[in-house]
Amino acid sequence: MDAAEKISVEDEAVDKKIFKDCSKIAFYRRQKQRLSKKSTYRALLDSVTEGKESTRFQIINEAAKVPLLAEVYGIEGNIFRLKINEEAPLKPRYEVPDVLTSKPSTVRLISCSGDTGSLVLANGKGDLKCHITANPFKIDLVSEEEVVMSINSLGQLYFEQLQIPPKQSRATKENEEDTSDDTTQENQEELGLWEEKFRNFVDVKDNGPASIGLDFSLHGFEHVYGIPQHAESHQLKNTSDGDAYRLYNLDVYGYKIHDKMGIYGSVPYLLAHKLGRTLGIFWLNASETLVEINTEPAVKYALTQMGPVAAKEKGRSQTDVHWMSESGIIDVFLLTGPTPSDVFKQYSYLTGTQAMPPLFSLGYHQCRWNYKDEHDVKAVDAGFDEHDIPYDVMWLDIEHTEGKRYFTWDKKRFPNPKRMQELLRSKKRKLVVISDPHIKIDPDYLVYAKAKEQGFFVRNHEGGDFEGVCWPGLSSYLDFTSPKVREWYSSLFAFSVYQGSTDILYIWNDMNEPSVFRGPELTMQKNAIHHGNWEHRELHNIYGFYQQMATAEGLIQRSKGKERPFVLTRSFFAGSQKYGAVWTGDNTAEWSYLKISIPMLLTLSVTGISFCGADVGGFIGNPEAELLVRWYQAGAYQPFFRGHATKNTKRREPWLFGEEHTRLIQEAIRERYALLPYWYSLFYSAHVASQPVMRPLWVEFPDELETFSVEDEYMLGSALLVHPVTEPKATVVDVFLPGSSEVWYDSKTFAHWEGACTVKIPVALDTIPVFQRGGSVVPIKTTIGRSTGCMTDSPYGLWVALSTKGSAVGEFYLDDGHSFQYLHQKQFLHRKFSFTSGVLINSCADKRGHYPSKCVVEQILVLGLKKHPSSVTSHSPDGKLDGFWITAQFLT
Amino acid sequence: MLLVLLLLPMCWAVEVKRPRGVSLTNHHFYDESKPFTCLDGSASVPFDQVNDDYCDCKDGSDEPGTAACPNGSFHCTNTGYKPLYISSRWVNDGVCDCCDGTDEYNSGIVCENTCKEKGRKERETLQQMAEVTREGFRLKKILIEDWKRAREEKQKKLTELQAGKKSLEDQVELLRTLKEEAEKPEKEAKDQHRKLWEEQLAASKAQREQELATSAFQELDDDMDGAVSVAELQTHPELDTDGDGALSEGEAQTLLGGDTQTDAASFSDRIWAAIRDKYRSEVLPTDLPSPSAPALTEPKEEQPLGPSQPAEEEDEEEEETEEEEGGEEGEDEDSQVPGEQPKETPPPVVPPQTVSPTEEDKMPPYDEQTQAFINAAQEARNKFEEAERSLKDVEESIRNLEQEISFDFGPNGEFAYLYSQCYELTTNEYVYRLCPFKLVSQKPKLGGSPTSLGTWGSWAGPDHDKFSAMKYEQGTGCWQGPNRSTTVRLLCGKETVVTSTTEPSRCEYLMELMTPAACPEPPPEPPASGNRDEL
Repeated sequence: MDAAEKISVEDEAVDKKIFKDCSKIAFYRRQKQRLSKKSTYRALLDSVTEGKESTRFQIINEAAKVPLLAEVYGIEGNIFRLKINEEAPLKPRYEVPDVLTSKPSTVRLISCSGDTGSLVLANGKGDLKCHITANPFKIDLVSEEEVVMSINSLGQLYFEQLQIPPKQSRATKENEEDTSDDTTQENQEELGLWEEKFRNFVDVKDNGPASIGLDFSLHGFEHVYGIPQHAESHQLKNTSDGDAYRLYNLDVYGYKIHDKMGIYGSVPYLLAHKLGRTLGIFWLNASETLVEINTEPAVKYALTQMGPVAAKEKGRSQTDVHWMSESGIIDVFLLTGPTPSDVFKQYSYLTGTQAMPPLFSLGYHQCRWNYKDEHDVKAVDAGFDEHDIPYDVMWLDIEHTEGKRYFTWDKKRFPNPKRMQELLRSKKRKLVVISDPHIKIDPDYLVYAKAKEQGFFVRNHEGGDFEGVCWPGLSSYLDFTSPKVREWYSSLFAFSVYQGSTDILYIWNDMNEPSVFRGPELTMQKNAIHHGNWEHRELHNIYGFYQQMATAEGLIQRSKGKERPFVLTRSFFAGSQKYGAVWTGDNTAEWSYLKISIPMLLTLSVTGISFCGADVGGFIGNPEAELLVRWYQAGAYQPFFRGHATKNTKRREPWLFGEEHTRLIQEAIRERYALLPYWYSLFYSAHVASQPVMRPLWVEFPDELETFSVEDEYMLGSALLVHPVTEPKATVVDVFLPGSSEVWYDSKTFAHWEGACTVKIPVALDTIPVFQRGGSVVPIKTTIGRSTGCMTDSPYGLWVALSTKGSAVGEFYLDDGHSFQYLHQKQFLHRKFSFTSGVLINSCADKRGHYPSKCVVEQILVLGLKKHPSSVTSHSPDGKLDGFWITAQFLT
Repeated sequence: MLLVLLLLPMCWAVEVKRPRGVSLTNHHFYDESKPFTCLDGSASVPFDQVNDDYCDCKDGSDEPGTAACPNGSFHCTNTGYKPLYISSRWVNDGVCDCCDGTDEYNSGIVCENTCKEKGRKERETLQQMAEVTREGFRLKKILIEDWKRAREEKQKKLTELQAGKKSLEDQVELLRTLKEEAEKPEKEAKDQHRKLWEEQLAASKAQREQELATSAFQELDDDMDGAVSVAELQTHPELDTDGDGALSEGEAQTLLGGDTQTDAASFSDRIWAAIRDKYRSEVLPTDLPSPSAPALTEPKEEQPLGPSQPAEEEDEEEEETEEEEGGEEGEDEDSQVPGEQPKETPPPVVPPQTVSPTEEDKMPPYDEQTQAFINAAQEARNKFEEAERSLKDVEESIRNLEQEISFDFGPNGEFAYLYSQCYELTTNEYVYRLCPFKLVSQKPKLGGSPTSLGTWGSWAGPDHDKFSAMKYEQGTGCWQGPNRSTTVRLLCGKETVVTSTTEPSRCEYLMELMTPAACPEPPPEPPASGNRDEL
């Protein structure tokens, strides 16, 4: 239709050949080749020095001669940190800044040297130890005398020390022994030391080879998770040769599912779980990274062993995890758990917790590329009211701008953006508009001109501004890695600067991998130059993180620090949870993509990113009505809930599929709105207590082996089990209800089952299989308004589902839903409900908080009472009814 | 209506006491002296539980004035404007839904009463609409009459044409016979002429061959003994037959038919033919006519087309049609006979160029007698073809008329007047063109070729109102998408004009066409003043 399409990713990205597989990655080939030669490192334990924060020692391998410096830190909360770097590199190597929330507090490790040739570092209590073996170099992580993890036990430690470029060093190089095999032309091509070719692209590496790698053996572990983002199963699979999990942020339109290639974002963080222990490995590196996984199940060992002792000793299963990065240093955090909840806290202690979202952002979002004009927006908005479907946010994609110049409006289509926002505001709704990192090269475009003038763009290898093609045509890319650029970018969101913006306008950052249409693998050349003269290769994976950071900061600043921001980003890194929401990019309107959305979101959730979602309906293609309904039903129970569709799809607003389907979609969205108090409380728990909102079953049932691989159902908090229907024409689904001592209640029919069984649940098109766990209290809204803002004063209900012992507990969190006053003025209400012996007690869960609310609880549903209550009374201390009180009526 | 009117005086006098959110028509269900029975009869509750902000009835009827029930309805009186039911969940949600603001009595926001203003605007709009409808409907009746007349005329013309067609057919048959008769002597004469000429040609060719053979013989006969010997033949090594580059004695002898020599007569009879292709004359150059001599050329009646010509002609043709579109309006009208798809103009007939063959072997002109036959036949042919053409024209006119007459132009043919018209709408980027019952197209404003947004498909309104929309389908295909299509919504208006074009889904267009033909019959009498329903 227009120029944008001609340069869109659509015609290119579907072609997998434009992306690399492992065989096309030179540092992977180098590590594989070198590691096959086995030259082991040993630690020089006589070099040990104990600094204030860390214990340092040298490690050396025979080939390299020049020693490396290893540092071990003890960090608060049972975390170890291992750093390995060159002692005196030719120039500094990149260490990822801005991800750790603050400098982690170190705890002093007590060194008690073991036998000769080893060193033991213990935490204060002495229940956690690092056992360092000198030769060959190895670290065992010992918890209560059990070795839970070994580092470099497979000898895959790999570290390419910086070298002088060959032209300068020819004279000195002659006598170095391992250069001889690098000199031939063919070898140079193969090893890609100073130059690496891919398709028509040549990556010239001024710093030469600088890759690193290390292996971790997890003893007794068969289940590992994490390292998003891949369109893959929740439990990580064994990687075969040449098929490692790749972490490299790329714009992959209609990505293939069940594939380990890198897509939009990366969190280099892996969790491992077994009965009795959960561990985390956080590999803090922002360059291209590959992860190999090899799990040897226990049986395999046990069968080959003779004596029972040997079988016990050797019969343990093991998972080996091999990390490889193109550049930077080895900087790895070992999170020792022992419970899943502990690991979540440890990880968020390092990278921060989920930002507390404004309440509206937990409602339903309506997006399309593109709502054409103000009139279209008005009509769609009216459609929701006409069909009585709640929604909170209208979205505008790139076409709302003047020629894809972000921060501007297409004057013909959107002549009066403020009027449009006033319309939305009158219904307490919001607007989200897109703002991408590429800036159209146009001297008359103020954003471009200012950025150009101040040198705020990423530079190319030759030193000029980097130029690449994206939506607007030729563009330059803001260098968000620079604090000055971020500060300036943030200032663009000020109401006085961003013409046509109001305080109900929020932001969406797309294409921030960054996507560069004609670049290698549709992204930026690795030798582009960022702030501080760092090459793009060093920080590629964190580029998008920085844009979202600057955007969120801009939204906070425009409100003078008062209002919470909402920013959706496509690209992300470890710690992106601090800045907003993430979605799974350009998925497809097929059942398989609906199905994979669950493991993809579970993986994001356990790696800190609770506020995540997948485009409802599938971005690409036209969903049939049944798929669309099922997707709304699934999306209603996923954290970020947005319908979105690409440009060449048919319209698919909820009311366009006939009355029956309209009703089903309306019903699903209403269920979402009814549960908003629960969602909001869960987000508060993610925000202050680091617990994911959407939880894989193994997180809630860590002692039940059967839960470890489940990915077709999950827990919302600890109270609701959701098993979305993801098959066409389903009439029945097999729902696994875990926990032998649990009881589960169907949230609609109230039928109940004992745990630890799989039940066949008949499903009609209006069935969303959701089960409440006995022992929980879920707060809900009893009346649904047209948006969250319209429901502020509407009454609450409580779903009390009793455990086998006849009790239940639950929490409830409430604040103004939009400001930081919950934080700065403690204006919040955090209540705890507990039901025991027929008494439901509503008590304060956090005395610091105060928040007046007109709301009442008007309905309490108690499931699992053994007897019909003969009478119901309500009681309030001092006869004084607090802001939150109960008019009780029991329904059983 | 009657009931409402009867109640009127009372309403003016006193405010009827009724629970919040209950309409006047329903107020008798809410009697505060009795328990309240849910309107669906599902339950009965003490009256003080009506509007107590707790939902008791399944149908929500006990809470018409609060947001307690998920499915209740709140009634706004909206004095001065239209009464309205809204979802009771919207009561006190901070959004003003009723123009009298009664839905927000306890949400802390103040809603302005906009009913009077809205009522005034509404009345204005209604009046305007009524005026438009009246005028439009008047025009529509004229359109219907026009079509009735036009249809009759067309029917009459059709009958005439059908009658005329018969006699034309007869005439064509007659002329065909005449043509065939005239062609017979023509063919005979031409054949005769050609035969003579061919014989002549053959004779002269034989003579030339003979001359060549003689001269070759003379050349070969080095000793001039009147015979060519093996040795003499061997002086021409190019006659080598086994490819070794030399003519051996044996080979030469074979060429001489096994003899050692040959005389002039048998040389030209038997041997010359075998060696003429290889034979190189000693006197250079000779103009030996190649054996693959050009085929006989003869005056042709049709212009032979070189391989590159058709393409050129197409180009010309395009240019011409474009020119036609630009200018000659008179012709335009002609060619746009209703029902006729714009037909490709046939390629212009290029007058046959008189071929002027440069070669000698040109067939001599026909003799007078033959030429006369040809002329006569040509005249018969021309007459026949002319008659056939007029028959085709008539047949086409008949087809078009039949199509138009039988076309579904609405219940009374009111849409017929659109049949041969086109309407345009210019937007920021494009010029949209709608030719009803034919096609819709889109052309970039700044030049460029038009894109088809669909050709006539069918009436596409809902079952009860089929003629409220048209569908045009199978337009130009979209990149990675469907073929373009357009729905045209027909709205009542005094004039016929395209008022908007949008693209709600990619490549699915929506157009609005105002036309008197879409105007419904207005109510018999315009309401006096004010609407009594709008208390």
